[in-house]
Amino acid sequence: MPLTTGIPRLLAAAALMLLAGMTQAAGSAVVPEACDGCHGFAGHSAGPTIPSLAGQVPEYFVLAMQRFRNGQRPATVMGPLAKGLSDADFRAMAAYYARQKALPQTAPIDPAQVAAGRKIYFAHCNTCHLDGRLWSSVHQNRGYEKECSKRCHLDYGPEPGDETPLIGGQWREYLAIELAAFKNGTRKMSPRKAKAFERLTPADLAAVAAFYASQKDLTR
Amino acid sequence: MSLPGRRAFLGACGAGAGLMLAGCASEILPKTSRRVVVVGGGFGGAVAAKYVRLLDPGIEVILIERHRQYVACPFSNHVITGRRELSTLALNYDALAARYGIRLLFAEATAIDPDGQTIHTTAGKLRYDRLILSPGIDFRVEEIAGYDPATTPELLPHAWHAGSQTLLLKRQIDAMPDNGSVLISIPLAPYRCPGAPYERACLIAAYLQRHKPRARIVMLDANPEIVALGAQFRRAWTTRYPGMIDYQPAMRVTEVDAKSRTLRVESMLDFRADVVNLIPPQRAGKLALAAGLTDSNRHWCPVEATTFESTRHGNIHVIGDAALAGAMPKSGYAANSQAKICAINTVALINGKPPHALAGLNVCYAAIGEEEDVSIAQVFQVTDGKIVAVANTATTSPVDLSTARIEHRYAESWLNNILAEMSA
Repeated sequence: MPLTTGIPRLLAAAALMLLAGMTQAAGSAVVPEACDGCHGFAGHSAGPTIPSLAGQVPEYFVLAMQRFRNGQRPATVMGPLAKGLSDADFRAMAAYYARQKALPQTAPIDPAQVAAGRKIYFAHCNTCHLDGRLWSSVHQNRGYEKECSKRCHLDYGPEPGDETPLIGGQWREYLAIELAAFKNGTRKMSPRKAKAFERLTPADLAAVAAFYASQKDLTR
Repeated sequence: MSLPGRRAFLGACGAGAGLMLAGCASEILPKTSRRVVVVGGGFGGAVAAKYVRLLDPGIEVILIERHRQYVACPFSNHVITGRRELSTLALNYDALAARYGIRLLFAEATAIDPDGQTIHTTAGKLRYDRLILSPGIDFRVEEIAGYDPATTPELLPHAWHAGSQTLLLKRQIDAMPDNGSVLISIPLAPYRCPGAPYERACLIAAYLQRHKPRARIVMLDANPEIVALGAQFRRAWTTRYPGMIDYQPAMRVTEVDAKSRTLRVESMLDFRADVVNLIPPQRAGKLALAAGLTDSNRHWCPVEATTFESTRHGNIHVIGDAALAGAMPKSGYAANSQAKICAINTVALINGKPPHALAGLNVCYAAIGEEEDVSIAQVFQVTDGKIVAVANTATTSPVDLSTARIEHRYAESWLNNILAEMSA
């Protein structure tokens, strides 16, 4: 893991508040870094099935947590954890991870898979997950902005609202798990996304996971 | 980086292996600025030391640890059955010193003078502004008649500290007859890692299925029922290892004869086996007891729910398995979470700021097979001065075990990340 640059950029929001002598609302706020136990120090995951959170789009982060909390996004441990946390917690966590520098995963990726994945990507994925930078897209940057209803994700999930997540540079295994969940219907998706998935075989999905995992330029 | 403490330092008295001077009383490193001393470099202590430095680099942090190499307990049950090397669970402290300027003292802390804010070690003494203790567990061997702490574990391994004990239990299981028996004795809760004894039974059963299918496992549990993930473990035993595991609740071992590998339950029933994994009842690590930080029954350390400061002595915080942390379990993840909360509030107190109640998390995985795991995840908050579970958050894996294979893959990543927190 590239942990040499993995030292958290800023202190915990909670700690800053404490040191500044500020008060907070009643109840126990979560320490955002509490998630690092599973998601890696400063959100840089050293485990291939658990996503890195460093640099994640904060609006997406909050929405994902809300979907875990209300059960719309299926999960193992994330459901109970999200149920114990407030929207304020989600925002503090999102802000903390957004401040951390996104770093690409470090496992070697088969170049043939990447090449195959690149083709599929340009055919099926890049309207939503590309805005000239490979890892994310925001509606206002999309080429088809004028046609965009902004309703797809809002109506169907799994990521309502205006942001799509950082997925470039994530671990291949994690991406493969989530792609399989979309394909087998465990994770809900918009009709547009479902249509794109219809034509994709398991081999295609493996290639797409390799392609996204191979991305190195994660600048926003 | 020009931080101090890039190298471990040795005290004036402690240079050289085996030089343990009982009367050593000199100050190892005079205190010139604000200082936090952390004792114990495990899941709690290593993380607390790191976060104090991250939160306030103006505070000098000294981490006292007995061993230059630490061996983590999670996944050590996979070492017993040969699926994992012990070396994959070993850590050192080089990065904590180099990256965060934590000063390392490899010595044993022996006593604390709370009024003089001084800690004594085998290498000399150190003064502190605040002390964070993460001393782990010790065994209440006095509750088992015939238990000799020096010789009994060499014959009947507890394997509740990862390392040579783990390997000893592995060797004994490897060497036992094909139709042999393994006895696992579980102490009264609370003990370190609630799910671990039952995980151990599953993994040994998986090993026996492959190598010694005629062998059997007997579990003698001092508790009235399975302490954690009971429905999931029962389901795993009946579906994965039918007829292999004989689980007997409410069986407290009161006496041992190590030579004949015999355990006596409630002074009445005798159990003998080819391999006996006797896990004794537990208490806070030795130093906590010696320093008078434990409660009236001398088991665990009562602490303030917000700061983890001892209610027995001021300026001393206790985290991890040794602490009485309300509803939080004695797990590695709980220790990790407590370490961050404790570090934040310790730094606040040193800076003259008020501490704040912060929520803690716990995420535990337990193996039910070599490639299957179940989990429990929970959020804790401070209510009326107590650490309580947030209502409706305790959720465990589905009892049909349908998520066990994917959860095993999550568990392996969990391990990578929680170990990196301590050592990277």
